[in-house]
Amino acid sequence: MLHIKCPHCGMRSQNEFSYGGDASIKRPQLNKEISDEEWDNFVYNRKSLRGKHLELWQHLSGCRQWIKVERDTATHEIFNTYKADEEIT
Amino acid sequence: MQKYSIFNLVKNAFSNHENWDLAWKDPTPKEEYDVVIIGGGGHGLATAYYLAKEHNITKVAIIEKGWIGGGNVGRNTTIIRSNYMHDENALFSEFGMDLWRKMSQDLNYNVMFSPRGIINLAHSDAQMNTYARRGNSMRLNGIDAVLLNREQVKEIIPMADFSENVRFPIFGGLMQPSAGTARHDAVAWGYARQADSMGVDIIQNCEVTGFDVIAGKINGIRTSRGNIKTKKVGLCVAGSTNILAEKLNMTLPIETHLLQACVSEPVKPILDRVVTFGAGHFYISQSDKGEMVMGGDLDGYNSYAQRGNLPTLQHVLTEGIAMMPFLSKLKMLRTWGGIMDMSMDGSPIIDKTHIDGLYLNCGWCYGGFKATPASGWTFAHTIAQDRVHELNAGFSLNRFSTGHLIDEKGLGTKTWIS
Repeated sequence: MLHIKCPHCGMRSQNEFSYGGDASIKRPQLNKEISDEEWDNFVYNRKSLRGKHLELWQHLSGCRQWIKVERDTATHEIFNTYKADEEIT
Repeated sequence: MQKYSIFNLVKNAFSNHENWDLAWKDPTPKEEYDVVIIGGGGHGLATAYYLAKEHNITKVAIIEKGWIGGGNVGRNTTIIRSNYMHDENALFSEFGMDLWRKMSQDLNYNVMFSPRGIINLAHSDAQMNTYARRGNSMRLNGIDAVLLNREQVKEIIPMADFSENVRFPIFGGLMQPSAGTARHDAVAWGYARQADSMGVDIIQNCEVTGFDVIAGKINGIRTSRGNIKTKKVGLCVAGSTNILAEKLNMTLPIETHLLQACVSEPVKPILDRVVTFGAGHFYISQSDKGEMVMGGDLDGYNSYAQRGNLPTLQHVLTEGIAMMPFLSKLKMLRTWGGIMDMSMDGSPIIDKTHIDGLYLNCGWCYGGFKATPASGWTFAHTIAQDRVHELNAGFSLNRFSTGHLIDEKGLGTKTWIS
């Protein structure tokens, strides 16, 4: 069982959250001319890192906010959680 | 190589079975090979076997980080089927069904293929319509499919919950009578033994640490047991695909996720088919030892852990108990997990790449085991001839760019939603 610290509500069990995938993927800027490759990288291609992975989760059965979680994909250790719009340095 | 036969069994009984040949050798890596297959799982071993058998290429090495058959080929729920709707998946899988039927004779190894049939249960009129459509598509591709009504299903699996007031009543089901199960370890060992006998080097405990690519061409690989020169490399590493792709500066439409399976304590024979629950994701069969073999959803987030998490298991087994209430009385014997190469449309990739001499075999999601022979056969063809076979032409890497997705379930790119 994962325990995820929602930045809005505090520590909650994994059962309250739903997963949203890789959070490092950026949508190409609106109305900008882009190549097929850039679009593929946004829609399909994933690094799927082993180790530290920044990902989106939604606190679905809680405050319903989307958050970012930094988690190890091999050990499931959670290093940090952030609000969706928080800048990560 | 010693043939496995009743004659040899009797003969070796006189020497207390102490003089059997080793099933495969433990060679030290040579300096150079014609083809190097990375990954000693079912697909890698099958690829090496068909390279030797069908294409006469025997200067082949299989490089395995752990031990052969220790990954997903030994962790799956052994289901073999070809009940697909889309032509690419259907024709490919049905080609594989033929190889499964002949496998024990072909490999001189009893893989215990048991064509006991699979039933996908339907729990609404709409689902019955969907299954009728899929069944018709299957029959057009020459695959056996039978649409069963509620009474027919009840005759086959009377232990399922047929009471009226349940959340997901059984309306009927779609059955593929020729589907079944096989002993998964035997598949890996059978392919390994035959490949070894034809000259393939099976190199275990050897990790690939890098690739030598010169002017867009594969020139060799670097491993924990030294460098190996080769012009052709086949990647068959399932859940580790992204890790090796990173060493090649490739980003693939693949995410690695964890899938669990479990078995109950052994009980007397009660279920002689494979059955899947249609209102969620749960499948069950009974092994020859009597254990109920069960599986279902992915854990739901990227994972390389090879070990599962309890909430998913609880969710999956709740579905199982809804379908077959007697399961609640059984004790759990074992649970385990394996890491899946989930592709962005749910279908595999068997293709060449932009690097000359590098071939890709991945994206099996949770359907890799049944594909073992067909995957090995078509991948061997792709490597040997340096062009794809018509059976795997649809499983191209660039289909994601061109829009020719094979999205059997219509799920899109959220690979963790199953």
